[in-house]
Amino acid sequence: MSTMSDSLVIARRNLIRMTRIPEMVLFGLVQPVMFVVLFTYVFGGSMKIGDSTDPDVYKNFLMAGIFAQTVTFATAGAGAGIAEDMHKGLIDRFRSLPMARGAVLTGRTFADLVQTTLTLVVLAVVALIVGWRPGFAESTNVGKILGGFGLLLLLGYAFTWIGALIGLSVRTPEAATSGGLIWLFPVTFISNAFVDSRQMTPWLRHIAEWNPFSATVQACRELFGDPGLSSSGAWPMQHPVWASLIYSALIIVVFRTLAVRKYRSATA
Amino acid sequence: MPGAIHAEGLVKTFGDVRALDGVDLDVPEGTVLGLLGPNGAGKTTAVRVLTTLLRPDSGTAVVAGVDVLKNPNEVRRSIGLSGQFAAVDEYLTGRENLQMVGQLYQMGARAAKARASELLERFGLAEAADRTAKTYSGGMRRRLDLAAALVVSPPVMFMDEPTTGLDPRNRQALWEVIQELVAGGTTLLLTTQYLEEADHLAHDICVIDRGRVIARGTSDQLKARTGGERVEVVVHEREDIAAAEEVLRVLGKGETAVQEHTRKVVVPVVGGAKLLAEVIRELDTRGVEIDDIGLRRPTLDDVFISLTGHGAGKGEAK
Repeated sequence: MSTMSDSLVIARRNLIRMTRIPEMVLFGLVQPVMFVVLFTYVFGGSMKIGDSTDPDVYKNFLMAGIFAQTVTFATAGAGAGIAEDMHKGLIDRFRSLPMARGAVLTGRTFADLVQTTLTLVVLAVVALIVGWRPGFAESTNVGKILGGFGLLLLLGYAFTWIGALIGLSVRTPEAATSGGLIWLFPVTFISNAFVDSRQMTPWLRHIAEWNPFSATVQACRELFGDPGLSSSGAWPMQHPVWASLIYSALIIVVFRTLAVRKYRSATA
Repeated sequence: MPGAIHAEGLVKTFGDVRALDGVDLDVPEGTVLGLLGPNGAGKTTAVRVLTTLLRPDSGTAVVAGVDVLKNPNEVRRSIGLSGQFAAVDEYLTGRENLQMVGQLYQMGARAAKARASELLERFGLAEAADRTAKTYSGGMRRRLDLAAALVVSPPVMFMDEPTTGLDPRNRQALWEVIQELVAGGTTLLLTTQYLEEADHLAHDICVIDRGRVIARGTSDQLKARTGGERVEVVVHEREDIAAAEEVLRVLGKGETAVQEHTRKVVVPVVGGAKLLAEVIRELDTRGVEIDDIGLRRPTLDDVFISLTGHGAGKGEAK
């Protein structure tokens, strides 16, 4: 019995499901693409980043924020999928099989990671089309850019474990979808993702600067050479790559432990 | 020697509901135990405990010689579970479902594939094998669910209300599969609300109500507890009730019972068909015209009502 091989069997199952319900994958793409277009063209002209109100600056500032928000939205998919498995009695079947305990959840998070990767690729292409230019503010290279996407995927992966816990804790797949999404709005908006956090009231700014989500956004801006880096003295803003890695690892450890414990006693 | 499934003193409470209130069970190897009871009696909870899905508050359970509480993963290798809801992934094809379950039983990919084909063939799903389970009828899904439980030919099977919601034809077909399995030596614990089903499939029956076993024995033993055969006569004319009652009083063995509005007279009897013929002759001699007459044996429904004071299915909601 191996956690990895069992997880891969489950991941494969979830990926096959995605190919059978392509509209789900499609809707998952439409939403972030819409955000890119709306934020770029609606807010683009009126946002001030540092001392600049140039729409091109905001556009290049924005993309890391949209990328990061998009990867965290995978939480809702993971939660809804697991809640549906509970609801349909599939979790009972899996729990009665001689398979590794964490594999059902791990397999689901792997499959979500594949979907997140696909979404990010599409989103990056759209971002380039509307005018995102890595290296706009500082010079960068391919290695750094890939590193940035790596941090984004890690953050998304970590958040699917939060989704797994939500999926196991609610009674219906519908509740998992809304429960998986609502808290993401404050988390992703009280951050440096869409506005320059220096313009927030001080207490809000502190939350934004220590928000795990902000660390990844700041790290991506640094790695992509995007404009609008926070000059705050807060540790995660000063060492965003390390902060992003540590936060994501912590989220994985804590939520994986909680979710697997919950799974072992899960009742449909 | 303890049976393939053996449980003692199982207790499980949910809040202040005692779902299991000291249940003892024993199923000898190669036999079928029917766990019979209304909704909310504790049948599903018992199955969930025995299949390692739920930890009891107290009590012990041994399945296929392995302690369920101490070594659940070892138990999982030896059991198959077919649930109340057909637990298959509806977006996967029948074949993909069975392959996945095989691999999770730790079979190699190739062996799981071969086994899937074999089972699809056996359960009449070969033609539908590469369609998603979403397109299956209720009966097909149930068969697929059962096939999934049989992937490793486990020596001990649990079926939680396997035929609930199936039409008579599909129920009959599933019964045949179950009988085949048992003939092959599988030990089976089956829960059902259908008394007919327990009567038909089970060697031994446990009647369970509000978390307690209230009766156990073979179907015949349980029926004997509610009394033996009786003759029921429905006369054509209301005036003939008295005459019919007199005939039955003489030929029967016990109190007659009369239902005026249905013109029905009932009496316990000994002597079966021969006595029934005698009753018919006697009624004929007296010129009593009858609408219906019959020798009735108690059904498990009668057993259930006499044991619990309410019919099956009228228990508390789950």
